[in-house]
Amino acid sequence: MLHRYPKRVSIIMLVLTALVALFPLWGPALFGARSDFVLEQLTLMLILALFAMSLDLLVGVVGLVSLGHALFFGLGAYTLALASPDFSPASLWWMLPLVMLVSAVVALVVGFLVIRTKGIFFIMTTLAFGQMLYYLVSTSPYTGGTDGVFIMFRPSVAVGDTLLLDMDNPLTFFYFCLGTLIVGYVFLRWLTRSYYGQVLDGIHDNEHRMEALGYATASYKLIAFVIAGVMAAIAGMLAAMQYGFANPAQLGWHTSGEVLMMVILGGMGTIFGPILGAFAFEILLHTYEHLTTHWPILMGITIILAVLILPKGIAGLIIAPPGRDALMKSPLLRWFNRRGQAGSAAVKSSKPAAKSSKPAAQSKEG
Amino acid sequence: MDLAFFGVQLLNGLQYGLLLFLIASGLTLIFGIMGIINLAHGAMYMIGAYLVWDLTMRLGNFWLAIVIAIPIAIVLGLIIERLFLDTLYKRDHLYQVLLTFGLILVLNEAQRIIWGGDVHSVPVPAPFDGSIQLTDNLQYSVYRLFVMGVCLALAGVIYWVIRHTRLGIIIRAGAVNRDMVEGLGINVRTLFTLIFSVGVALTAFAGMIAAPLTSIAPGMGDSILITCFVVVVIGGIGSIKGAFWGAILIGMAETFGSVLIPSLASMVIYLIMAAVLLVKPRGLFA
Repeated sequence: MLHRYPKRVSIIMLVLTALVALFPLWGPALFGARSDFVLEQLTLMLILALFAMSLDLLVGVVGLVSLGHALFFGLGAYTLALASPDFSPASLWWMLPLVMLVSAVVALVVGFLVIRTKGIFFIMTTLAFGQMLYYLVSTSPYTGGTDGVFIMFRPSVAVGDTLLLDMDNPLTFFYFCLGTLIVGYVFLRWLTRSYYGQVLDGIHDNEHRMEALGYATASYKLIAFVIAGVMAAIAGMLAAMQYGFANPAQLGWHTSGEVLMMVILGGMGTIFGPILGAFAFEILLHTYEHLTTHWPILMGITIILAVLILPKGIAGLIIAPPGRDALMKSPLLRWFNRRGQAGSAAVKSSKPAAKSSKPAAQSKEG
Repeated sequence: MDLAFFGVQLLNGLQYGLLLFLIASGLTLIFGIMGIINLAHGAMYMIGAYLVWDLTMRLGNFWLAIVIAIPIAIVLGLIIERLFLDTLYKRDHLYQVLLTFGLILVLNEAQRIIWGGDVHSVPVPAPFDGSIQLTDNLQYSVYRLFVMGVCLALAGVIYWVIRHTRLGIIIRAGAVNRDMVEGLGINVRTLFTLIFSVGVALTAFAGMIAAPLTSIAPGMGDSILITCFVVVVIGGIGSIKGAFWGAILIGMAETFGSVLIPSLASMVIYLIMAAVLLVKPRGLFA
């Protein structure tokens, strides 16, 4: 389902990547003095895009809806914060493997418990495990409670005494995050096209059949859970470097909900979609914050409308642009039509017809 | 810990657990029958508490406030079900999660716009504002006992409805096989609306009677929602019996946890959940 896209997908993604990469050329002209701030926000969007992409492996590819993915995001942030020396920068050469190792171990343990559950149980248990870590760090004396932990120095990338990358330079860090995102994207595209990815696809479509064919589906899912967890932890580590602190909010369930929203807004199961989703979500957020202090209400309405109108997300629009016909059949229009019908008593006869389509769809979920 | 202190904690745990049951029963009913995972459930708890605070301030009578607030909560549930959830029954849980997540943002912010960000409290209403002398220096609030009684009575009513009425038969059958119930000529659409409104009303009512016991603050629904998720997972999704025993267990665990091991108190319930999942991945009563 996600192996062949129309040409325009690659073209759009390449153009967007080039646009982002060339920001130093056009940014100052467009944003003037605010250019530095915009660069910071762009960096954050790149990081969140990596985070959203990692969740897409679970939600879109395997069909496991996790509402606790922020657990790994926060874990990466806290690992960096707690393992960094107080008065000198850590080295990324050992910090990155450490973050990956810690998150892989935690993902194995959590995954072992949650992978046995399905559907709604998976949603609830991932949520509960996320909250477990949330309460652990916000009450433990070692993690600075609700204030979190500050990171005095960003990890350095050096060979011997020569500094390869100066992470404190916003532009260098920006390109580092862009590079990480591209590596992550290429990796996930490769993974989903590989034999392993095809098995995941099969599990998504019909797990029982895959089991009957002799695949140990639980292990396949567990590996996907660990990969997604490690990628999210790397994103969390980058986010902590960007913010300069690790905070409990980074692993709360609101963060999990937001990243899930990025995946859906972008288009799940497409890998490139969540990147667009992360950018769209953040841009909307900034716009709303600018408009009113009550921005959550606008964000909430946007989320509700996106779920009702755009279930396949932005990627769905790119892969199959809606023609006139599709627009007429759009869920929103149907929704309005149905509302109109419900209002008038004359169309009672159309109701059973509408209902009969329900059981078939429901039994699929049951 | 002497015996009287232990007894007080036992009562507190029981009272908290019973309150959790009211909220969790709505959550588990809505999931069991409708297959909807309602994240906005906690927000309804908060709205119940705020409604009763607002109306008590206006009318000067807590009981009158509850009587007026309950229909408001039911109507709100009705609107949400008809307007939003109606389109989602055919879709994956994912979309339900997101839509109700969006609803949380809207409801939480609506609360801020209407009632502001301050913390409020409601005085314990007469005639339950006294306390019972347990020992020389220990006393127990009558209102807490009253809350326990109300929760137990409601649990009894729910049990009776589900076990001994025609509606209960439909609900139990619906939890097992919705399509078959529909095939037998039951109007599932109406049943869904009823279940959702009742579920929402139960949690809002929990917020109302809890109002004199807790501080009414923005976001109070979020933490209780997660606790109730744990209750439902432990008890088994869709099982009222499971919700009851799960709620008592979690109520006790949290109360005694915060007394005995304060540093780990917030973790205790999740550890219990992990243990239950290891042994019974579908919950204790499913």
